[in-house]
Amino acid sequence: MRVGLDIGSTTIKCAVMDDGGKLIYSAYERHMSHIMEKGEEMLSRIMNDYVPDHKAYLAISGSAGMGLADRSGIPFVQEVFSARVAAEKLSPGTDCIIELGGEDAKILFLTNGVEVRMNGSCAGGTGAFIDQMAMLLKMDADEMDQAAMHAERTYTIASRCGVFAKSDIQPLINQGAKSGDIAASIYQAVVNQTIAGLAQGRQIRGNVLYLGGPLTFSKCLRESFDRTLNVKGVCPENSLLYVAMGAAFYADEIIDLDEAAAKLKKSQADSGYSSLPPLFASRDEYWQFHNRHMKASVPRIRYEDRKGRIHIGIDSGSTTIKMAAADDDGRLLYTWYQPNEGNPAVLVKEHLLELYRKYPGIEIASVTTTGYGEELIKHAFHCDNGLVETVAHFTAAKYFMPDVDFIIDIGGQDMKCFKIEDQAISNIFLNEACSSGCGSFLQTFAEALGYDVQEFARMGIYADRPVDLGSRCTVFMNSQVKQAQKDGASVENISAGLSISVVKNALYKVIRCASPEELGRRIVVQGGTFYNEAVLRAFEKEMGVNVVRPDIAGLMGAYGAALYGRDHAVPGQKSTVLTEAELEQFTQKVTSVSCGRCGNNCLLTVNMFSDGKRFISGNRCDRPITGKAADEHLNLYAYKLKSLLAYAEKEGSGSRETIGIPLCLNMYELLPFWHTFFTSLGFRVKVSPVSSRSLYQKGQGSIPSDTACYPAKLSHGHIAALAEAGVDAVFYPCMSYNVDEHLGENHYNCPIVAYYPEVLEDNCPELSKIRFIRDFIDLSNRKEFAKRFPKMIRKHWPDLKEKDIVHAVELAYGEYDRHMEDIRRKADEIIEQARKEGKRIIVLAGRPYHADPEVSHGIDQLIIRLGPAVITEDSISSKTAKFRTAVLNQWTYHSRLYAAAKYCCTQPDMDLVQLVSFGCGLDAITSDETREILQEGGKLYTQLKIDEITNLGTVTIRLRSLLAALAEKEAQKN
Amino acid sequence: MEYLTPNFTKEMLKDYTVLVPDMAPVQFALAKAALESEGYHRVELIGTSSPEVTRLGLRYVHNDTCYPALIIIGQFLEALESGKYDPDHTALIISQSGGGCRASNYIKLLRKALVRAGYENVPVASANASGLEKDSVMPWTPRMLVKLLSAAEYGDLLMALRNQVQAYEVHKGDADALMQRWLVKLDEWFRSSRNYAPHSYKKVFRKITRDFAAIPVNKTPKVKVGIVGEIYVKFSPTGNNSLQKMLEDQGCEVNMPGLMGYAEYCCANWKMDTEFYGISPKMGKIAGAALKLFNRIGNEMSAVLKEYGFYAPGSFYELMEKPEGILDLGTKMGEGWLLTAEMIELIEGGYDSIVCAQPFGCLPNHIAGKGVINRIRERFPQANIAPVDYDPSATAVNQENRIKLMLAVARENLKEKEPQNA
Repeated sequence: MRVGLDIGSTTIKCAVMDDGGKLIYSAYERHMSHIMEKGEEMLSRIMNDYVPDHKAYLAISGSAGMGLADRSGIPFVQEVFSARVAAEKLSPGTDCIIELGGEDAKILFLTNGVEVRMNGSCAGGTGAFIDQMAMLLKMDADEMDQAAMHAERTYTIASRCGVFAKSDIQPLINQGAKSGDIAASIYQAVVNQTIAGLAQGRQIRGNVLYLGGPLTFSKCLRESFDRTLNVKGVCPENSLLYVAMGAAFYADEIIDLDEAAAKLKKSQADSGYSSLPPLFASRDEYWQFHNRHMKASVPRIRYEDRKGRIHIGIDSGSTTIKMAAADDDGRLLYTWYQPNEGNPAVLVKEHLLELYRKYPGIEIASVTTTGYGEELIKHAFHCDNGLVETVAHFTAAKYFMPDVDFIIDIGGQDMKCFKIEDQAISNIFLNEACSSGCGSFLQTFAEALGYDVQEFARMGIYADRPVDLGSRCTVFMNSQVKQAQKDGASVENISAGLSISVVKNALYKVIRCASPEELGRRIVVQGGTFYNEAVLRAFEKEMGVNVVRPDIAGLMGAYGAALYGRDHAVPGQKSTVLTEAELEQFTQKVTSVSCGRCGNNCLLTVNMFSDGKRFISGNRCDRPITGKAADEHLNLYAYKLKSLLAYAEKEGSGSRETIGIPLCLNMYELLPFWHTFFTSLGFRVKVSPVSSRSLYQKGQGSIPSDTACYPAKLSHGHIAALAEAGVDAVFYPCMSYNVDEHLGENHYNCPIVAYYPEVLEDNCPELSKIRFIRDFIDLSNRKEFAKRFPKMIRKHWPDLKEKDIVHAVELAYGEYDRHMEDIRRKADEIIEQARKEGKRIIVLAGRPYHADPEVSHGIDQLIIRLGPAVITEDSISSKTAKFRTAVLNQWTYHSRLYAAAKYCCTQPDMDLVQLVSFGCGLDAITSDETREILQEGGKLYTQLKIDEITNLGTVTIRLRSLLAALAEKEAQKN
Repeated sequence: MEYLTPNFTKEMLKDYTVLVPDMAPVQFALAKAALESEGYHRVELIGTSSPEVTRLGLRYVHNDTCYPALIIIGQFLEALESGKYDPDHTALIISQSGGGCRASNYIKLLRKALVRAGYENVPVASANASGLEKDSVMPWTPRMLVKLLSAAEYGDLLMALRNQVQAYEVHKGDADALMQRWLVKLDEWFRSSRNYAPHSYKKVFRKITRDFAAIPVNKTPKVKVGIVGEIYVKFSPTGNNSLQKMLEDQGCEVNMPGLMGYAEYCCANWKMDTEFYGISPKMGKIAGAALKLFNRIGNEMSAVLKEYGFYAPGSFYELMEKPEGILDLGTKMGEGWLLTAEMIELIEGGYDSIVCAQPFGCLPNHIAGKGVINRIRERFPQANIAPVDYDPSATAVNQENRIKLMLAVARENLKEKEPQNA
């Protein structure tokens, strides 16, 4: 007899085979993290029923099986290896296996050089991800598969990390996109993730085998893979059991099952994991804590006792919708809080109607909306005010603690923290690229472990040894929990550990404070997650201070909005909100269209309301609304891009070969140089098109490192585009050193900008057919360069004359200088014009390649829409002399950043917003420095993390909060 | 705002305890003797691995900074908080490569962490050869530098021999015991300034090698694994969750190319900066001379190793030819082309399975690590490379799982080879 156990992150699989290799028993069950018990139980079961002599060849496999195998002395087979063993026996002729599991994704290439790829530190695109997404859609896995069958279109969803994908999906849900379409888009995102993350340049073709839960259960997912890979994959019989069967086949030791079960039982007793002190030392301590928090409450009134008219606040958040109605004294008449079920408008209609019906003749003075769905709800129901959510929360917090100096709000998917100084928001921290430690994460975990979230949270309160889960991203947290399970941590201790992680993430990852004291001592905590007493307690313990948690912690946005409406209402005001009769007639129809008016090609969600009004969302500029081109007269990003594209348009009329230049990374600055150099020597120059999503996808298959920054990953698409355009050679030099502007100690490029051409050469299949010139050059010393470059270039074109090359180099430097000067001149012009128009100036500071609209996602246009003018860091960096920085100032692009920040501090109407690419290691260093320079100069620091992410919702909140804080600051001054 | 802590001055040598991150335990044990015999009052190697270290690292350093910075700074702070050292008479030494990756900034991050943690009086000295931190460079004498060179050379040899013997030794523990004996002896020699200079190398190399060759071994074929990577997580057991031990427990022979390779690599880069771009011809010349010397010593060591039947790498100049066609030698940030070259050399030397250890998000390794693996596999189909990311929260279970996969493939390859051997 042969027995294989496959213990994955969420399920345990068992296969029992007779000596002929025939499967006589199998099981596939969730283990709910009770790995040892479940393993032991399963062994006992098969022993009694199928293995009469209690002896069999036995091996364990699976990611959660390793520790168990170690401890029980049963041989372990790595799971990818097991799958391969099984495939060779059961599906001979297979070329490639794609296996998705609970938290793992793997590709195995079996022919032409065996290779195995599995997800390393990123778990995006796995079963857990699909489950999480299904939950967002309020569906189970089957329903999601069914819904996806009827999809009419797919949306672009970031395929890198589950967290990003989620923030792409949430707005789609909020904007009312069809769930079938979203479901299909999720499957497609999984496919993209698997291919981009795991294939890493190797083509998937031939006979493909699909294994694992998600691929077994979802036909749509299989079809998405088939379609994308252009193959016809097969999901074999027993596809869930391949790993278990592989382990059984591979087992080479006869094990006494009685002994094995006994060992498992024994190892349940050991629990070696790293733990933290319990949340409460005693039950007494808990009750004291509990009672203290019961005191922070808002008075509630009956309708008859109201004073004045009613003010309503509606907070349409990412996963929930909240409403609060208060009288002139701020006393609560009515509150409501529920998940938005993907369609907030319908729910708002119901509840406004309920208000009208419950309180006939109710006099509503104001309705103020806030949150993700602020605009939609405001437009749909003709509300009076829209309020950026940070201000709403601040307004509410002041009610509980007038001198509050720090507010932290942890909601379902987002986390907001702000510092208050001089009665104004002085610093904002939002979780952008990372939702680790938010409420929905706790919920997902609770459900994965088979509990209701409330119950799960409560379990942690008296945990004796909470698991130390670290403070990193959700994905890492998943594997931490896996490890804790392996080490035998109880659900209680995992629950408490997760609650503590939520807090640590907020403090050390999002806010990144060194000592809690620096945040403030007068703290209000809010957001639904703080109803969880374990989180609340962990927060107080970590901060070392008692905080205020209002009884309406989850309603603070709505309550703040209501208070704001009250404070801004004129006496006798009557709200513009729809009347009862109008509400009854209210209908909403949602369609989505691609805008197509410019390269951004925003996906627009159009809401048509019964009164004939339209509300468009998903747009980055006003063009789809006004029909007019975006206003660019105060946008230096637009100007910069336009002047670069002017080079791209001129191919040159020379008779020599056509040189392809990829418009990526540092070419965003050096294009004028190289274009001039080559055209003046008689070459034609073909520049790759401006980046787009589809261009990215063209090259995504050859990206070897999925954690590199998006700008770098885009360059693969540029190479593919140049290859398609049929150029004779691609020119893209490596540059350890950048130009030297004498602003720092050195003038390096970052390693990615410096050497990415090497990665392209080694990984882009297109470049095996085209000549690729990626010599190492240094432009900083002009004399040396003019001396050395001719020799280098004549290696490629021996017929070129040295003096012509030297001349071309001169012209190239001249053009580069002219271009940079032109950008600086234009900046001066914009600054002057903005001042004339009384507008603020935002320095949107990044690197040259942030002018790429696919990289910056049109954030420049977004700022313009909000009012201010936009300039770049390189246009003002020359206005400051070199100064000493806390960090080693050694990268040219970043020296500009520091200089720009410094200059900003001298200009009252100028503020800096730093763009940070996800995965940019240097920004871990530069962002702290920039923050300090600005804060020292009395400026607010705003950082926007960008990636493939296309959701601009959080970006808008940040920018609006910044502008609101700036306006407040100015108002105080006057 | 600049975060300043006092500069480290020569006067402090006589009564300050100097803390040094214990990056490579074997080589650094000898370096300690080198420093203490040349005027340093007391040198303590800090290699603590504890949750407290991680906690302090995360608390005082930007969490997206590379893992080595988090550990090293966490370790320093933990040491200062432990009460074992008088903060008024303790100084820290940290290395600075001067290259274009983030590592050159560690010293600045360390000072900032010290100030924020309330240790603004603790001086920090930089160990660098790039002319950085001129006012607080670690004090040195020519003899100290020679001893440091010897520490690296002898340490590399001990490590290479110990690893090749340990995997096959008949009596468990022989190789480790012999290495300890030699460490004690070398320590004495360094302190009494004997046998430390390059002219003694040949003789000492031979003595050490002969001793290891005398350990009884049983040469049953084992899976041979090379470890390359970002210098800190490659060498430091704290940085890589005791990777070497884990591999040895799994029955592998481990080959970790030595520390001198990195020194030679730095020299080669300075030399090439002059050749490629005309930067600092003087530095280029010195570096070229040093490289020549190091290369000669390396050749001597290899010759002795081979004489006694051990595996030895080729000369450094040969190593520089390895990446040809895969990665240009101009790729000089972080471990740059050295990483690629070492992988190729290991594969050619029969170490087909390789763990490429890197901190999560290590920028140069996007290029010289993950970026070249496809090409290496193309050229060497037997290559079985596992890139593994290290990070304060990346769990051991994921790393181990990845490595086990590599080992499963390696064992299968070993099985296939066996019948041919028989």
